Amino acid sequence: MGLLSDPVRRRALARIVLRLNTPLCVLSYVAGIAWFLALAFPPLTQRTYMSENAMGSTMVEEQFVGGDRAQGFARDFAAHQRKSRALPVAWLERMMRSVGLEVYTQSFSRKLPFPDETHERFMVSGTNVYGILRAPRAASTESLVLTVPCGPDSTNSQAVGLLLALAAHFRGQIYWAKDIIFLVTEHDLMGTEAWLEAYHDVNVTGMQSSPLQGRAGAIQAAVALELNSDVVTSLDVTVEGLNGQLPNLDLLNLFQTFCQKGGLLCTLQGKLQPQDWTSLDGPLQGLQTLLLMVLRQASGRPHGPHGLFLRYRVEALTLRGINSFRQYKYDLVTVGKALEGMFRKLNHLLERLHQSFFLYLLPALSRFVSIGVYMPATGFLLLVLGLKALELWMQLHEVGVSPQEAGGSPNPGPPLPGAQGVSLASLLAPVLISQAMGLALYILPVLGQHVAVQHFPVAEAEAVVLTLLAIYVAGLALPHNTHRVVSSQAPDRGWMALKLVALIYLALQLGCIALTNFSLGFLLAATMVPAAALTSPHGPRPFYAALLMLTSPAAILLGSLFLWRELQEVPLSLAEGWQLFLTALAQGVLEHHTYGALLFPLLALGLYPCWLLFWNVLFWK
Amino acid sequence: MAAPCFFSRLWRAALALLALGSLAASQIEDQAKQFFRSGHTNNWAVLVCTSRFWFNYRHVANTLSVYRSVKRLGIPDSHIVLMLADDMACNARNPKPATVFSHKNMELNVYGDDVEVDYRSYEVTVENFLRVLTGRIPPSTPRSKRLLSDDRSNILIYMTGHGGNGFLKFQDSEEITNIELADAFEQMWQKRRYNELLFIIDTCQGASMYERFYSPNIMALASSQVGEDSLSFQVCPKSLCVSTPGHRTDLFQRDPKHVLITDFFGSVRKVEITTETLSLQRDSQITESSYKEDRMDEELMEPLKYAEQLPVAQIIHQALLAEVWTLPSAPCGMLGSRSWPATFTETEAEGLAPPWGLHSRPVGPYHHGFLQDLWNQAHEVHFLDSRVREGRVEDCSLG
Repeated sequence: MGLLSDPVRRRALARIVLRLNTPLCVLSYVAGIAWFLALAFPPLTQRTYMSENAMGSTMVEEQFVGGDRAQGFARDFAAHQRKSRALPVAWLERMMRSVGLEVYTQSFSRKLPFPDETHERFMVSGTNVYGILRAPRAASTESLVLTVPCGPDSTNSQAVGLLLALAAHFRGQIYWAKDIIFLVTEHDLMGTEAWLEAYHDVNVTGMQSSPLQGRAGAIQAAVALELNSDVVTSLDVTVEGLNGQLPNLDLLNLFQTFCQKGGLLCTLQGKLQPQDWTSLDGPLQGLQTLLLMVLRQASGRPHGPHGLFLRYRVEALTLRGINSFRQYKYDLVTVGKALEGMFRKLNHLLERLHQSFFLYLLPALSRFVSIGVYMPATGFLLLVLGLKALELWMQLHEVGVSPQEAGGSPNPGPPLPGAQGVSLASLLAPVLISQAMGLALYILPVLGQHVAVQHFPVAEAEAVVLTLLAIYVAGLALPHNTHRVVSSQAPDRGWMALKLVALIYLALQLGCIALTNFSLGFLLAATMVPAAALTSPHGPRPFYAALLMLTSPAAILLGSLFLWRELQEVPLSLAEGWQLFLTALAQGVLEHHTYGALLFPLLALGLYPCWLLFWNVLFWK
Repeated sequence: MAAPCFFSRLWRAALALLALGSLAASQIEDQAKQFFRSGHTNNWAVLVCTSRFWFNYRHVANTLSVYRSVKRLGIPDSHIVLMLADDMACNARNPKPATVFSHKNMELNVYGDDVEVDYRSYEVTVENFLRVLTGRIPPSTPRSKRLLSDDRSNILIYMTGHGGNGFLKFQDSEEITNIELADAFEQMWQKRRYNELLFIIDTCQGASMYERFYSPNIMALASSQVGEDSLSFQVCPKSLCVSTPGHRTDLFQRDPKHVLITDFFGSVRKVEITTETLSLQRDSQITESSYKEDRMDEELMEPLKYAEQLPVAQIIHQALLAEVWTLPSAPCGMLGSRSWPATFTETEAEGLAPPWGLHSRPVGPYHHGFLQDLWNQAHEVHFLDSRVREGRVEDCSLG
């Protein structure tokens, strides 16, 4: 008989699994965490290399010298913007036309679900201006985009100046095989989203935008530029985009090539590049950068206009000019040359960037970890859930088998399906109620904000956040109530069955999340798995309750905010942290409605109900 | 009294004339020696660039540079088969349209308006390349696309592109292996399509492409060894990118030191007008060619049954070992009917064993003339008659 169908052997196997379960779980969890921490160290991290042949072996000599012109444009732009308090559309149109581009504008408007306190806007309407440089000798089938997001809080006037100067320089060259679109958006990312939706003729976020008059073909790559000073000490690059999407690694390699060529200081996550990878310092610094990237990717926010381009599979980066207290400064010409080099090399592309990795982690600009290397970390963590579920299943079945086993009968027959001993109602009820709570958490805050504002002296944004928190906390009171509704015949088997379902549910969710957004999946797994595995009604209830509270989705968010600031070396006090937490909640809901970020629905509709199931298990009577 | 004086003067004059004549004759003979120094009468070039797309600009530039050199040194377009993707000059990315420069200082435009590309764009395939080499071309192919070489042609074959260990990539979708190439050259040899071949390969790991050659009279040069990349020194300095050129001359009969570059890169106009008569002698590396050739042709016609369009016996070559080299006693029918020079002995025959096998070395400087080769071939064919009938030729799948 087979190993699993022979009841004697199966019982022996079951005994082994049950006995070794806890050590195996602990080992697996530790292995997962250790694997993740080891990702920044040399054998697991590799040097980056240019995979795309078309971009690697071509010589490019940059000839941009329009630094003064760029500064002139920047000053004009800043002056006009100060005067009109909004994007100087007419001036931009005039300037773009004077450098020789085909100029178009696009207006958009959006009413946010509730006022945005950080950006101070509610009814957003604006105009995007873009100019197209047509390729002199090619059909306009492909294009590249250089975009500058302009908003009330960051004017980016030097970036606009550089954009216009580069446009003037590019217009004088005849070697462009792709069209180049120079895009200036209003209201930061909202303008970018409006433009992208109109360009691709879709409507995913409910933005009202006028259709575009001029197009330039499929966009192959985009670079977003944010510069607020005449000189910069370093260029910071951001790769993480909406919902944790990343651009093709070749684009980052391209940027790094030009950093090295021009002698520019380039940073990732605001951190300098570690030079020494042989001793311990380099990898530790790499680990810091890696953790920052994991936190950023997990948040699922578009950290710049590039994040919105990624949804349409347009490889994009955001470059930010940082002006710190360093002595050595770079002027606009150096930045312009780097951009010119990047665009010239992108011009040589024949296909979309596809040779290099789409899923990776970056301990440094010149080092990366590919998905094949970092996935086992999550695998180990999810194995714990699997092992625990297996143990529970076996316990459930042996509970039905053991009385006959005690009698020593050789063939107990098919084991009594223990799970079916528990009534389906008692299992289904907690699941449905938790899911209903999740649904309430997702829908009610935004829907009920006006009601809340009428009854309480709070602003809408605060109302939304407070409703969120209220519903969240209300869910904690559930277990004590559902038991009045449902009665279970076998209390012991009831909670085991529920925990089994909850474990499988959590494992499925975390597995799916880890595939698309590894950082989010790993973060949630690393925090929720121990609590989920340990939870049981027997045992030290206060301790388990505290553990479960600490690893609830909201607490994870709070904790990761503190960790993020700690890694950036700008630590938070508790009050500041709490404020930031509330802001983050509001931003999360807003971004879900305006850009389609998925963190809020995932947490509200997926993880929170699952977590509530464990809370139910803990308080099982 | 005058008669002896006259006779002595006449005798002296005759002597002087003879001396002069012999001097002149030796001058002419030197010239003739020079004339027949190498075995070829015409030159061909097959220049292949196997890459396309803008980032392979340097391959096209290299091929066009060789094309320019070869044209400048005298090979006409009708004798050059140029295979190029030809998507550089008018590429939208070309900052100087209608030009292709061989150096980044942009001094020399190797494109110009008199480049004749025979195989252009997607016609550069492995199949077309092999058809050009072996001559198996459909009858509708224009003359400019054919390699119409004969057994007295020196061919220069220059290939550049992306290569690897044992293969060369043709335009992103196919490859040619070193074994295929070696077999193509062997077909060329058996069909008497070249006298000598200079094969130059300018790719990464180029030395692997000539490893498998086994046909005689091939000299091969490569720009890099196995395991090395061949990168432009304008892009990567010599200190970083190591690329050691390699060569192979063991199949080549002549001493490479005595081979002129123009034997392959230039063109031969074998026309020398002289009013002197010249008697070509065998032992000064010139033999009575035509008489023997005709005789050989006549005699060799009979045994051939299965291949009539080609003088098969002259095509066959074997890797001969000294033991095989014996004069037959029983008549294959030929020895008796021919009047070989009496000086020709068995030992001389051994000494004349043609060094065509892979493992034999040139015997000496005297035996390299092409007419001498023909002489040797006659002997060889003699003894190989039976093996001819065994069907060595069928390996070649004629027709």
